[in-house]
Amino acid sequence: MPQPEKRARRHTIAVLVDNEAGVLARVIGLFSGRGYNIESLTVAETDPSNYRSRITIVTSGTPMVIEQIKAQLGRLVPVHKVRDLTTEGALVERELALIKVAGKGEPRVESLRIADIFRARVVDSTNDSFVFELTGSSEKLNAFVELMKPLGLVDVSRTGIVAISRGADAL
Amino acid sequence: MTGAEMIIRALLDQGVDVVFGYPGGAVLPIYDAIFGQNKLRHILVRHEQGAVHAAEGYARSTGKVGVVLVTSGPGATNAVTGLTDALMDSVPIVCITGQVATHLIGNDAFQEADTTGITRPCTKHNYLIKRADDVARVVHEAFYVSRSGRPGPVVIDMPKDIQMAKGKYVGPEKVVHRTYQPRVKGDSAAIERAVKLIADAKKPIFYAGGGVINSGPAASKRLIELARLTGVPVTNTLMGLGGFPGSDPQFIGMLGMHGTYEANLAMHDCDVMVCVGARFDDRITGRLDAFSPKSKKIHIDIDPSSINKNVSVDVPIVGDVGSVLEDMIAIWKRDGLSADKNALKAWWKKIDEWRGRDCLRYEQTDSTIKPQYAIERLYAMTKDRETFITTEVGQHQMWAAQFYKFESPNHWMTSGGLGTMGYGMPAAIGVQLAHPDALVVDIAGEASILMCIQELSTAVQYSLPIKIFILNNEYMGMVRQWQELLHGGRYSESYSAALPDFVKLAEAFHAKGLRASRPEDVDGLIEEMLNTDGPVVADIMVDPTENCFPMIPSGSAHNEMILGAADVNRREVSDAGKALV
Repeated sequence: MPQPEKRARRHTIAVLVDNEAGVLARVIGLFSGRGYNIESLTVAETDPSNYRSRITIVTSGTPMVIEQIKAQLGRLVPVHKVRDLTTEGALVERELALIKVAGKGEPRVESLRIADIFRARVVDSTNDSFVFELTGSSEKLNAFVELMKPLGLVDVSRTGIVAISRGADAL
Repeated sequence: MTGAEMIIRALLDQGVDVVFGYPGGAVLPIYDAIFGQNKLRHILVRHEQGAVHAAEGYARSTGKVGVVLVTSGPGATNAVTGLTDALMDSVPIVCITGQVATHLIGNDAFQEADTTGITRPCTKHNYLIKRADDVARVVHEAFYVSRSGRPGPVVIDMPKDIQMAKGKYVGPEKVVHRTYQPRVKGDSAAIERAVKLIADAKKPIFYAGGGVINSGPAASKRLIELARLTGVPVTNTLMGLGGFPGSDPQFIGMLGMHGTYEANLAMHDCDVMVCVGARFDDRITGRLDAFSPKSKKIHIDIDPSSINKNVSVDVPIVGDVGSVLEDMIAIWKRDGLSADKNALKAWWKKIDEWRGRDCLRYEQTDSTIKPQYAIERLYAMTKDRETFITTEVGQHQMWAAQFYKFESPNHWMTSGGLGTMGYGMPAAIGVQLAHPDALVVDIAGEASILMCIQELSTAVQYSLPIKIFILNNEYMGMVRQWQELLHGGRYSESYSAALPDFVKLAEAFHAKGLRASRPEDVDGLIEEMLNTDGPVVADIMVDPTENCFPMIPSGSAHNEMILGAADVNRREVSDAGKALV
């Protein structure tokens, strides 16, 4: 019997689904019901004329578990396509965060300086607060949030990872 | 047409002739539409769980989709056990549930339940219809999804206002599913590799499951043909019984936890295993890391998620079992292949040695009826007529699987995956409706039968002459057996206290009751049972202490079987094993 690889790895999986009622609940229920973990999940309609939505799931597991996850997803009736972007060539992964920092004086100026270094944009400003918009890898977002903590971080909202394969091919 | 009328029309267009159901407030318009026609027959059950099991019996014995109609709220929640059972055993069911009117959904209305939410994990797919114009399409899609690929239950939740609203009907030929197109044809390169492996094998085995039954009678014929061509021994799973003839010399019995010694040892020692429409369930494999360690494994399954789930295989083939077997036969003939005759001869010699252990042996004494004996007599006295067997769940189920021999598919209905006590009698009702002239016997235990005993009333109402063959050992026998073997003989709550008098119970339902307590009475009882026109409850008082052997204790390997009572003390079950179900 071939000895299966035992180490769990992080995988980004793209799922194309019919945008019908309950489809997200099916996907999430499958993960919780079968004990798979979800590190991040994003979903939005990407092709309104065909009622298609795209779900990006970041999960982790051994190759056997990841293969199961793909097969189980593929078995759901409203699912069109399942692709493991991590194993099927190079990919681009991005996440967007909105980060609210409140304060006055030097910390406020400092937060703006750091935001500039990270190429974050200010999308809302009051006399005592900023909302920054930051796009990038999850690690970059984490680093920015850490730096904002002593400077008056009050709120963080993140999208979770979206991903797409590099090169000319569609999903 | 109204939504309710479209439901009836769509069912008829799908070829449905019988619906199992129970009325209620939220399905009254559909019942009104049933009242106004006489093509679709409605069978009134006594509990919605019974409706689903009856539809399962109907479906498994015919290969058609079984249809259920229940009301909202408790009607739907009562159906959940049956739906889960159908999902686990891949039985095609379409279940229509009533729902409160669309404007009331989410308001905790009377008899409201989130039916699509509750049934999402226990159905292959489900729908909530929100527009009358969708009714016909959804029904046709539901039938397609239910019977295609790996079959399973589909729920259609139908709000009451949609049942009454007018909509446009479309026929089944106009409905094509946008996404769901399961793969039927297996990959030809993989099939070539598989055939090569079989031809080169020294100790091959076919391990065939419920997929052979689900694929249809042609798959079973091809399995027999391939077995003849190759000379390979065949074992069946519980769900696969009848997929290969039970009295065939190439058949080495059922495998798994209560399978035969020869089947399990052959699985353990084989060098090439061909899994045909089975899923390496834990009841089959025993301890996974010791499962058939030396074999190359070929796995044919229509469901890609069954492959490499529990056991890594060398040659996965996604496709319909019947189609793949046909391709294998064609390649075998095309290349004029033949098996390694000498190796196979040695392999069969080994298997015959194992067979020589006579692992199903039991000792019938003069005083008490052994349950195995009762089933052997039932088999002897019914095998020459068309007989369908259903079971409940427990020891009697395993004995039925071991001692009743099935020669063709679709004649054996049992709850394998979910293990649902109470399955057998409603299933028998469904089978009898589909096969009015055949003999249908529910081999039952006294505990299981009480879980859906109310359906006896259904059998009587429709004059369905089902025979309920209770092996009454006054215990939840399998629970008692595990408590004896794994929990120091502490029989916690497994004694069937305060049992009803089954003969009087049958009479109270206007059925016939019979009882046998001594071995010499068994034949007479069976004869009387078979000669009675209507439903019969036969209460056979059997040895309460008999255990079901052979047995692979949980957490053990195939070559660590307990062969009989004398063998028990040699086996210590580990704590890890005890933690398994």
